[in-house]
Amino acid sequence: MELIRTGKAGTLESSDVLISVRTNPENTVEIKLKSIVEKRFGTHIRELVQHILKEMQVSSAIVDVDDRSALDCVIRARLQTALYRAAGIQKYPWEELQ
Amino acid sequence: MPENAAGRNIPSKIDGLPEIKPFEGAFQNTPLVRKQKGSRTLPRLNKIVDSIEQAVLKSGLKDGMTISFHHHLRNGDMVLNMVMDVISNLGIKGLTVASSSLTSAHSPLVTHIERGVVRRLITSGIRGEPAEAVSRGLLDTPVLFHSHGGRARMIESGELTIDVAFLAVPSCDVYGNANGYTGPSACGSLGYAKVDAVHAEKVVLITDNLVEYPNTPFSIHQDHVDFIVPVDQIGDPQGISAGSLRMTRNPRDILIAQYASHVIEHSGFMEDGFSIQTGSGSISLAVTQFLREVMLRKNFTASFALGGVTGNIVKLHEEGLVKRILDVQSFDQEAIRSIAENRYHTEIDASYYANPHNKGCATNKINVVVLSAMEIDTDFNVNVLTGSDGVIRGASGGHSDTAIGSGISIVVAPLIRGRTATVVDSVDTIITPGETVDVLVTDHGVAVNPRRQDIFDRLKTKHLPIYTIEQLKQKAEKITGVPEPVEFEEKIVGVVEYRDGTIIDVIHQVKE
Amino acid sequence: MKLRRTMLYVPGNNPNMVKDAHIYRSDSVMFDLEDSVSVREKDSARFLIFHALRCIDYEHTETVVRINGLDTPFGRDDVEAMVRARPDIIRLPKTEKPEDIELIDELITKVEKKSGVEVGSIKLFAAIESARGVVNAYRIASSSERLVGIAFGAEDFVTNLHTHRSKPGTELFTARQEILLAARAAGLHAVDTVFSDITDDEGFREEVQLIKNMGYDGKSVINPRQVGIVHSIYMPSVQEIKTARKIIRAIERAEAEGSGVVAVDGKMIDKPVVDRSRHTLELARASGIYLDEIEEEESNA
Repeated sequence: MELIRTGKAGTLESSDVLISVRTNPENTVEIKLKSIVEKRFGTHIRELVQHILKEMQVSSAIVDVDDRSALDCVIRARLQTALYRAAGIQKYPWEELQ
Repeated sequence: MPENAAGRNIPSKIDGLPEIKPFEGAFQNTPLVRKQKGSRTLPRLNKIVDSIEQAVLKSGLKDGMTISFHHHLRNGDMVLNMVMDVISNLGIKGLTVASSSLTSAHSPLVTHIERGVVRRLITSGIRGEPAEAVSRGLLDTPVLFHSHGGRARMIESGELTIDVAFLAVPSCDVYGNANGYTGPSACGSLGYAKVDAVHAEKVVLITDNLVEYPNTPFSIHQDHVDFIVPVDQIGDPQGISAGSLRMTRNPRDILIAQYASHVIEHSGFMEDGFSIQTGSGSISLAVTQFLREVMLRKNFTASFALGGVTGNIVKLHEEGLVKRILDVQSFDQEAIRSIAENRYHTEIDASYYANPHNKGCATNKINVVVLSAMEIDTDFNVNVLTGSDGVIRGASGGHSDTAIGSGISIVVAPLIRGRTATVVDSVDTIITPGETVDVLVTDHGVAVNPRRQDIFDRLKTKHLPIYTIEQLKQKAEKITGVPEPVEFEEKIVGVVEYRDGTIIDVIHQVKE
Repeated sequence: MKLRRTMLYVPGNNPNMVKDAHIYRSDSVMFDLEDSVSVREKDSARFLIFHALRCIDYEHTETVVRINGLDTPFGRDDVEAMVRARPDIIRLPKTEKPEDIELIDELITKVEKKSGVEVGSIKLFAAIESARGVVNAYRIASSSERLVGIAFGAEDFVTNLHTHRSKPGTELFTARQEILLAARAAGLHAVDTVFSDITDDEGFREEVQLIKNMGYDGKSVINPRQVGIVHSIYMPSVQEIKTARKIIRAIERAEAEGSGVVAVDGKMIDKPVVDRSRHTLELARASGIYLDEIEEEESNA
């Protein structure tokens, strides 16, 4: 998936996460995480984000994650939304979303 | 036979009586009385000194001594900082500071610790910057954390000797009669301060409201007071007391409170004449409101409420639903008004409240107590002191004192806060041992301590979502995922004393 | 026997509410992708509910998703996503004619097949929110096997009627009746509209009592506090429970003995009465009334 602009999704409300993604000139995946549960879930959240990027075939991205104790499913949802927005995709590949 | 100063012949020894000390003159052995009786040009007898500095010097405070403060001014306290600044400027070092609790208003303490003014802390809890500094290992000597009752115990037994007590008082006369419920910085009960006033070697009262002698009714007695320092302001009223605390609209809090009220109603410990203590948190306030409805429906009244008193308890009393109030700490303006006006709203000191080693404290007589928790483990041990990141951010307070005394102790808390589970395998720090905690009420369900089969039997048919505490823990884990454990260093930064003086747990320095 | 006393409305783009909407123990939770979600966030909400339904255990609570209508740019994607997320029910807003249901039924079937979901497993609820919908109520109610219930949406309805909601609710009377009749004629559930003033407990109770008396199965609720109130009003009386027990026992005895016709207290018991008795006992169970305690009371009397 090519990211053609910055895509943002989520909010700073409690239990949510604000994620912003854009393409990375260095062509790698860079994750910047700010989380109120950094000590307990920081590593896990970074791994989760990496995993989702891989699943969605994104190899070049700068991902800013401002986490307010979002559960995994919320992180997935917000990241996925942000990626599709960043890629300008409006026809979703539903078959792949199993 | 020699003559005494009254010109009388008194034998120097009489059989059957202890040593005879002959009279030496009226003024010789009574130092606090003026020597020139009746002189109209001398100032009226008083204990006023010009400044805190004067008071510190006169008290004879030296390096290494122990000083004390109370936390009745809560987040509005200005006195501890003022006194510490003065002490620091005087170059005094290595003190032990025994404040009944420390709040985020006490951030300057960090500097005093760094400068060596403060060597040791003895307190019920710490929050904010000082707490973070302690968790990061700033102090060489571990902090001693005690419960409210434990503090009174150690002071009364002499385990803790206070060399100088610096007590902020909202109103005070020139000779040292002080109370907490009059004046611009009124805070209500002075329960914790009273113990210090009686037992400290030297007592300094600091007030922004000097009133006519005698300041009756009084909580602190003139006969315990050494010096009085008038200052412009002892505290910020906004931080001292809340306005009226309104019932929460948060549906989660209301849900938990409904379950808790249901548990209490059917536990067997709520009957006509029962007694209760609830906290000041939003869930506790809601519980009180729901219990009021039960009391009206069943025509029950409570014999007394103990606390930690808020306006909603006062309202129940004024409605006739709670007969008496025993108050060691008044949280809001309504409670302050009530304790000032109503003889049935009685100030009690910390020892009366919860000292386990006196002849019987108030927490022994409580039927129902509602408590909070940061963490509770599958053994029902409760942590109210350290947060999910291992940093100190709370207080032991009256938690362990009330849990043990009550017929039923109920911990109310959401199962998960954000992504942090409240129910865990093993709490980071035990404040209250599981043997004394009876029921956990969360938004996802209720767990009864297996040690209390009697309560379980009464609740099982009452349409409550009852689970084992392991089940609740698993529910939480399933939702949040398994967190990485917090990492600690070897160094011990805090020692947690159970109310009886024994050590129940230790706190380690957090790893950066 | 499914109970739908309460359908708790949850804004679909709000993680804080979505993550544990079931703790309030409503019979159903309805995640909304429609009116409570702004146009710019339709995709956010869709993915949030998609992942929430797949990862969060809502335990015994029925899950419902209110999608955007198929006449909006969002409806189809909502269906594609939601079928794969497998809620119990998809709720179609602003249903005006049976063709609306037929269309969505077809689409759901298509996506079920594509994605390996058991065809027919996802049910439908039709929300009727306009005059046209009310007039077509029975035809809508009988248009699909998937349909399990009809909900009434009064806010849009009164706008359509060129009036507003009033306290006695006379403007809603016919619509409520029509929807209920249609539901019963087609063998579906009927759920009443939301009551928006969450501070007016008295008014809320009155409205719930009214629709319960009319025969409604339940009500859409917008605040968790309303759940307990509805459940307590729907709780059967001890007398109703005893009668229901008596009837069920008589039927069970009759079946065991192989006799056909049953009479209790001189009245003939036919199927509708049996169903109603079962429903009463189900309500009793859900209300936490221990039937054993009633038994004990009976034997001690």
